Amino acid sequence: MVSPPDSVTRMHAIETVGLTKLYGETKALDGLDLTMAPGSILGVLGPNGAGKTTAVKLLTTLTKPTAGKAFVEGIDVTAKPHEVRSRIGLTGQYAAVEDRLTGRENLEHVGRLFHMPHSVPKHRAAELLTRFDLVEPADRVVKGYSGGMRRRLDIAMSLIARPSVLFLDEPTTGLDPRSRLAMWELIEELGADGTTTFLTTQYLDEAEALADSIAVIDQGRVIAEGTADQLKDRIGGDRLIVTIATMSNLERAKGALSSMATGPIEISATLPELVVPIRPGDRVVPNAIRALDDCACDVIDVELRRPSLDDVFLTITGSSPDDFSATEGAA
Amino acid sequence: MTVGPSETDAMSSADTGIGWMARDAWTEAKRHLRIIPRNPELVAFAVVQPIMFTVLFVYVFGGAIEIPGFDDYNQFLLPGIMAQTLTFGSAGTSIGLADDLQKGLIDRFRSMPMSQPAVIIGRTVADLVKNSVSFLVMLIVAFAVGFRFEGSLLEALAATLLLLLFAYALSWIHALIGLSVKSVEAANSGGFLWMFPMTFVSSAFVDPSSMPDWLEPVANGNPFTKIVNASRALYNGNPAGSLPWQSLAWSVGIIAVFAALSFRKFERASR
Repeated sequence: MVSPPDSVTRMHAIETVGLTKLYGETKALDGLDLTMAPGSILGVLGPNGAGKTTAVKLLTTLTKPTAGKAFVEGIDVTAKPHEVRSRIGLTGQYAAVEDRLTGRENLEHVGRLFHMPHSVPKHRAAELLTRFDLVEPADRVVKGYSGGMRRRLDIAMSLIARPSVLFLDEPTTGLDPRSRLAMWELIEELGADGTTTFLTTQYLDEAEALADSIAVIDQGRVIAEGTADQLKDRIGGDRLIVTIATMSNLERAKGALSSMATGPIEISATLPELVVPIRPGDRVVPNAIRALDDCACDVIDVELRRPSLDDVFLTITGSSPDDFSATEGAA
Repeated sequence: MTVGPSETDAMSSADTGIGWMARDAWTEAKRHLRIIPRNPELVAFAVVQPIMFTVLFVYVFGGAIEIPGFDDYNQFLLPGIMAQTLTFGSAGTSIGLADDLQKGLIDRFRSMPMSQPAVIIGRTVADLVKNSVSFLVMLIVAFAVGFRFEGSLLEALAATLLLLLFAYALSWIHALIGLSVKSVEAANSGGFLWMFPMTFVSSAFVDPSSMPDWLEPVANGNPFTKIVNASRALYNGNPAGSLPWQSLAWSVGIIAVFAALSFRKFERASR
């Protein structure tokens, strides 16, 4: 089964080169270039319709690219889908579990479909149930599981054959805050074990908490990549949200704050509000208030905010992700 | 590197091996069969439907319809009802596959190194098992209302196998429907829609010669008519001529065409 890698660079767990996917007229992926080191967690960050799911579908052999190449552990996904399939585990956006089987039966079923020797699925299922905190509901049918339990079972099913690369497509979307934190812990543990994980998410905090490196994608392309810190540096650190009393003073306030800004100051078109990129540090807030006082702009509110996906987009593309999402239903 | 055409096929030799395919198909069939007892409503419907159909047709139409050559309308009607009930039973395939697709299970299977056709084969085989059980119930009810095998037991067996094979063939049409639609609801209505004209514009309930001139040839050319006529002749010990062979050819032909189409569809199926 083992054949020489198709990719020149065999050290990448995942590599895509100009990966492009058209659905009719819609470009779901438009020349995606990504690389990912083995044993790491790559956070693929982007709004709805950015092409995250399409990338997952192409890398997991569910769809074929219109153009470009994709490699998993050096194996060409288009040329040798079967070999790729024996190396990956996929957890899609919706828990792919059989409702009327128990958690244990679901795991054993998938184990058998991986052609494991006779007694292995049983042992492996028991092991995963323990690890994913599913021992108590193990012999109940999945229909009665909570959302978080279903997701955990789903991931356990993806891990049954010990894949070298795990794909998690928005694993916390739709989960309540508690389940979301539990999922984070679980993904952190997987990362600590050295499972190579391709994680898509819409949340910067999630990518920051879990991923070793982040690729920001939009309209099917990588628009920024690096560690969370590198991205934040690029965005210009934190944000100061300033609300003043009257719209007419906005320009004057902008002038007063420009000396402390690390990037262009955004002015709202409808609210007397400014978004000032700043480097977090001593006395930013009092300094801002003093500067605004000096220019006689009545300050109503000053709020220090951590950067969000919106800020990444504002900085890199100059517009908010909402402006161009939702056109790509397939992605 | 260069890639030969055979390597670019979505399925490599490993997942088309017959042994793996049979094993995976059986694993999948067991998944479907295992959940039947956990769904008592479905079991109840599966048992009640053939009983209801038999009783309704026999007692509502039984007295009103006379068929030349048949003293007892039951002997004419019951093979038709059996064929129709089995046909409706085959619709489970489209609903089941659409459901797996919706749940994302098909995505999971397609990302695994298992035999890909096995997913559909397992489903159709499980549906054949269900349909066989439903057929057994129907046979008991038929005997209770006076139906008898007038021919040899071998002929009755041949008739039964022809009916079950046809139902299995229809499962493959349903497989294509289930993989082509976007929701379970669409699979349900799309799966049932064509079965009404197919089963009623046929010789199942009346003699096609009683139909309007334009409809009669449609009924006579309907493969469902061939199946009904073949099994009716065999159950009643009447000369069947080439009808069993025609029925067999139709079923095998439907399986060949729709299995090929379904496998191709499966290659692109994703939620």
